[in-house]
Parts: sequence; structure tokens; C-alpha cells
Amino acid sequence: MGARTDMELFVFAVAAVVCLGGAIGVVASRNPVHAALSLVATLFGIAVLFIAQEANFLAAVQVIVYAGAIVVLFLFVIMFLGVDKAENLRVEPLSGQRLAAGVLGVGVTALVIAALANTSFEATGVKSSVGELSDGSRSDISILGEALFTRYVFAFEITSVLLVIAVVGAVLLARHVRRADEIVDAGQAERAAEVEERIAAAEAKASGYRPPAHEFSAGVNGDDADDGDAADDDAAPAETEGVKA
Amino acid sequence: MLAALEVTPAWYLVLGALLFGIGAVGLLVRRNPLVMFMCVELMLNAVTLTFVTFSRMLNDVGGQSIVVFVLVVAAAEVVVGLAIIVALLRKRPEATADDLALLEG
Repeated sequence: MGARTDMELFVFAVAAVVCLGGAIGVVASRNPVHAALSLVATLFGIAVLFIAQEANFLAAVQVIVYAGAIVVLFLFVIMFLGVDKAENLRVEPLSGQRLAAGVLGVGVTALVIAALANTSFEATGVKSSVGELSDGSRSDISILGEALFTRYVFAFEITSVLLVIAVVGAVLLARHVRRADEIVDAGQAERAAEVEERIAAAEAKASGYRPPAHEFSAGVNGDDADDGDAADDDAAPAETEGVKA
Repeated sequence: MLAALEVTPAWYLVLGALLFGIGAVGLLVRRNPLVMFMCVELMLNAVTLTFVTFSRMLNDVGGQSIVVFVLVVAAAEVVVGLAIIVALLRKRPEATADDLALLEG
């Protein structure tokens, strides 16, 4: 009793207030950026509670992976898409939705707490069925690492497959398929201009002696049919060269 | 007097339940897909906290091990989920969860 208990109480109280405040901030913020920052507060509070429960490694991972990577990913998406605008939360698009959601949320919470109270907040079941968390001499990271790389090694390897699939899926889903007229490739534009010039040259050549409706067949057949367009034939490529240079 | 207020694991479990409830309400109430996703993260973290608490109560390494897997799955889920949200919001920046049908076809 005494100083240690008081300290534990103080840490728990502060972390719990930060967690709950952050959680309410996520739900109630009008601006998605504020919601993301509130989420950081909650995640940080949970990391503090991990340390209070001697899960030091998980606390570090929590800060690095969650607060450092996942929330940053959220912020990236918010900023990239430019959806960081405040939304109007006053209107309720579906009448009765909030009441129903509130009742459901309170119900779920009450159910969980009732289930906990049913066993008077004691964990029933076999102690240390997987392995001891602390035997007094080793750190939590050593014990956790041993469990992950021996007992759970198959599951651990499978998660790498999961991550690869997630990356491939993300690339596939977020890929923006461009339409032909959106292509900004410089070489492509040059080639398109060249093709247009050739068509224009063929049209100019054909229009001399064929009705415009048969432009294409005229362009193909016209070469050996008429001697008169030999001059045109030479002129057109020269023109194209000039433009390209 | 303060000795009566000893922090027992029960406090952590109740806090986890409260966080889960807040996350669930947010998921049901909010219509912005990004914020809904953050609420899912909130619920995941509430469960994580509960796992760690049970792990301490039972002196069992299994609870902490599964938290590692929850973290990995959460990361994968966020990556895919945000890709879907990017695809949706690119079509219509003011899209809500109702507009997910836009991605059809």
C-alpha cells in the first residue's frame, strides 16, 4: 500500500481519462483530422495502460505501429483526398438512428460489464495454460518472443502472407485506371500527333481525286493509280519531318 | 482512504468495455467512412486492452501473443480498408457509407 498504489491509481486515472476523452473525440469530432488526432490520444492512453500492466513490448509496438503508422496512414488519406472538411453533425439523416445506436452501445457495454460482474471480475480458467508470463527473471519481450517463435511460429509466418495479400489488394483497389484521353505520357502525345499528321496528309492527298466518303480506300489504292500525286507523296513526309524537328 | 481505491484488473476490464461501447456507437452513428474506420480501430484497441488485462490476471503469455496478431491483422485491415475508401472518395469526395455501391462494377 502507500506510494505505489497511489501512483498506480494516478496513472490509471490519467490514462483512462485520456482514453475516454480521445474515444469521445473520435466519435464526436466534426473534422476527420480532429478525429484522427483524438485517436492518437486514445492509443497513447492504452499504451500507458499496457506499461502499467507490465506489457512493455506491446506498449512500444502500440505507439510505433498504431500511433506512428496507422494513424499517419489515416492522415495521409485525409490530406491526399482533401476531405479534411468539417461536416454537419446536427442533421440526423436516418431518423432514430442515433437513439438506436446509443441504446445498442449502452446495452453492449452493460452486457459486457454484467458478464464480468457475474464472475465477480475474476478470470476463471486455468492459469498459465500457454506459458507463464513472468517467472521473475526474464523480461516480457523475451517470454513473448519465445512464445511467438515456438508455439505460434506457424501463425506468425501466416501473418506475413496476410500482409503481402493486403499490399497487393491495396494496390489493386486504389489503382486509378486512366482513360486514353487522360494519358500524359509525352511520347504517346508525340506519336498521336504523328498519326494525326499522316491522316491529314492522306486526306489531303485523297481529296484531290476521290469523294471524301472513301478517304481511306483512296489513301491505300491511290499510290499507283495516279501519277499526279507523286509530288504530294514526297511533300507530305518532308512536312512531317520538319514538324518533328 | 486511498487504499480502498486500489487499482484492480477489473478497472481495466470496465475501461475496455466502455471504450468498446463508444467505438460501437461511433461506428453506428457516423457516416464518414474514414471516421467509421477509426471507430473500428477504437473497438480493436478496447479488445486488445482486455486481452492484456486477462493475460496479467492469468499470468499467461497467450493473451499478449494474440495482441501481436491483432496488431498485424489491424494493419492489414487498415491498408485494404483505406484503399477501398480512397477508391470511393476519388469518385465522390463527399461520399458517405451509403455510397459504397458506387464501387460496383
